[in-house]
Amino acid sequence: MTDAQRSNLLHLGTIAVLAAAFFVLPIYHVGNLSRIMVLAVYAMGYNFLLGYTGLLSLGHALFFAAGMYGLGLSMELFDLSTAPALLMGLVTALTVSAVIGFLALRTSGVSFMIVTLMFAQAGYLTILYFGTYTRGDEGFVIQQSARVLFGIDLTSDSGRYFSALVLFSICFLAVAYLVQSPFGRTLIAIRENEERARMLGYNTAAHKLKAVIISGTISGLSGAGYALLFGYAGATFATVQYSIFPLLWVLLGGAGTTIGPLIGVLFMFYLIDLSSSITSAYMLIAGLVLVLLTLFAPQGLAGEIRKRVFKWLP
Amino acid sequence: MAAVNILSTKGLTKVYGGITANSNIDFALPKGKIMALIGPNGAGKSTFVGMLCGRIPATSGEVFFEGKNINALPAHKRISLGIAYTFQITSVFGGLSLHENVALAARRRLGRNTDAVNAKVSAVLARVGLTDRADQIAGDLSYGHQRLLEIAMGLAQDPRLFILDEPTQGLADAEITEFIDLIKTLSGDTTILLIEHNMDVVMKTAAYITVLNSGEILAAGTPDEIRTNAAVQAAYLGVAHA
Repeated sequence: MTDAQRSNLLHLGTIAVLAAAFFVLPIYHVGNLSRIMVLAVYAMGYNFLLGYTGLLSLGHALFFAAGMYGLGLSMELFDLSTAPALLMGLVTALTVSAVIGFLALRTSGVSFMIVTLMFAQAGYLTILYFGTYTRGDEGFVIQQSARVLFGIDLTSDSGRYFSALVLFSICFLAVAYLVQSPFGRTLIAIRENEERARMLGYNTAAHKLKAVIISGTISGLSGAGYALLFGYAGATFATVQYSIFPLLWVLLGGAGTTIGPLIGVLFMFYLIDLSSSITSAYMLIAGLVLVLLTLFAPQGLAGEIRKRVFKWLP
Repeated sequence: MAAVNILSTKGLTKVYGGITANSNIDFALPKGKIMALIGPNGAGKSTFVGMLCGRIPATSGEVFFEGKNINALPAHKRISLGIAYTFQITSVFGGLSLHENVALAARRRLGRNTDAVNAKVSAVLARVGLTDRADQIAGDLSYGHQRLLEIAMGLAQDPRLFILDEPTQGLADAEITEFIDLIKTLSGDTTILLIEHNMDVVMKTAAYITVLNSGEILAAGTPDEIRTNAAVQAAYLGVAHA
């Protein structure tokens, strides 16, 4: 079997397992998994930039929120139906990431982290400032009656689960395709040694901007999906905490692996879920596990697996 | 010198905060030949080639490639015109396999044609003798092998002008002999600008030599002319002018 076949098998296999899980798992876990899949899309968007391009952003909550509010506000204020609202979410995230990317990429390294963090804070404050429309911290509920896409009721367990799965699968396969394409290989080259990539004749500035746009748009798609499937948009999702989450998920799951983001979100979600059932000081357990993982699996779970067992892991 | 020049410069100057690294350099590189650029440490050789390929912005002066002024072009565009550059300090993609390193160099020109890229990679790795190591991670290679990989990445671009910044540094004697043979087979189609300290390599390969000293061209000519040039001897050996 070639590496390409193995990686196809991994990606399609993962989707098949997730699809089968709906019929096997108890309803509680089905609900969790819907949420995990949508958040994994966010992590995949983040991973595209951190794991494959080597750019560490601390402001991805802005892109997540752009998608979320792009969809939410166009439904709330302009009574758009689900499909065009979803498109609005996508276009908003794309525009915001293009503008932020253009400005923030004038910096690199630590400055890039700070600039993205600042832009995200500005975005968060903008949401609060226009509280009349966004309802600020309180947020707003997206009406149950409006959450229908192509005749599928997104508020039902199966409707929600399978639309989350479709969203996840599209992004999962798209990222898998991209990172193995010449474009993705060039991004990896930039991650490894930007100056060398430039001196091989690649326009690294243009490549990095494209990477920010793709990453921001995928993150925004996750934000839009989250608002749609769970019926709520609020300023909390634009806070710095939501910029840190994807970083944690990706580092835990394995930066620069296609499967890492899903593993990271799954792991973190159930780590908090299980530890909070044991003690109210669950963050202590979660924190300890995170420290141990960073010590003993610095490349994340999937990264360690790649290092030790499956070197072909994309 | 030959009538057709692939690259030339006019008044090329670089000033680093008061220190003039290159001053008013007029230079011409004849097409299809091997030209060596020599000079003592700190003579401004790397700064000069850095300005040729766009890594280092020139303070003033102009660079022409195949007759066209390329002053305004950023580095990646100059490379796309057919200039390949190997770094003085080894700069490969340490985390990637040799195959991928060379494929990245080939892919910019060959694009999505995977078969063509793979064929190019195999051919180039065979040429520098690294075929057996194609699947190894570049960062795990010895220094000498990394130098060869650098050269392979240059070759994979099928450059019209190949700029090599001290390519034999850190190579073993046998590898240097192979390098000389390799460079000789390239000239004709490819013009080569070689920055080199190893005078043996220079004398065995170069058709022309340009000597830089203190940021200025001290002498230019054939190896024989340079060898007998009094100013060059003075610069290298510290002998007073006769």
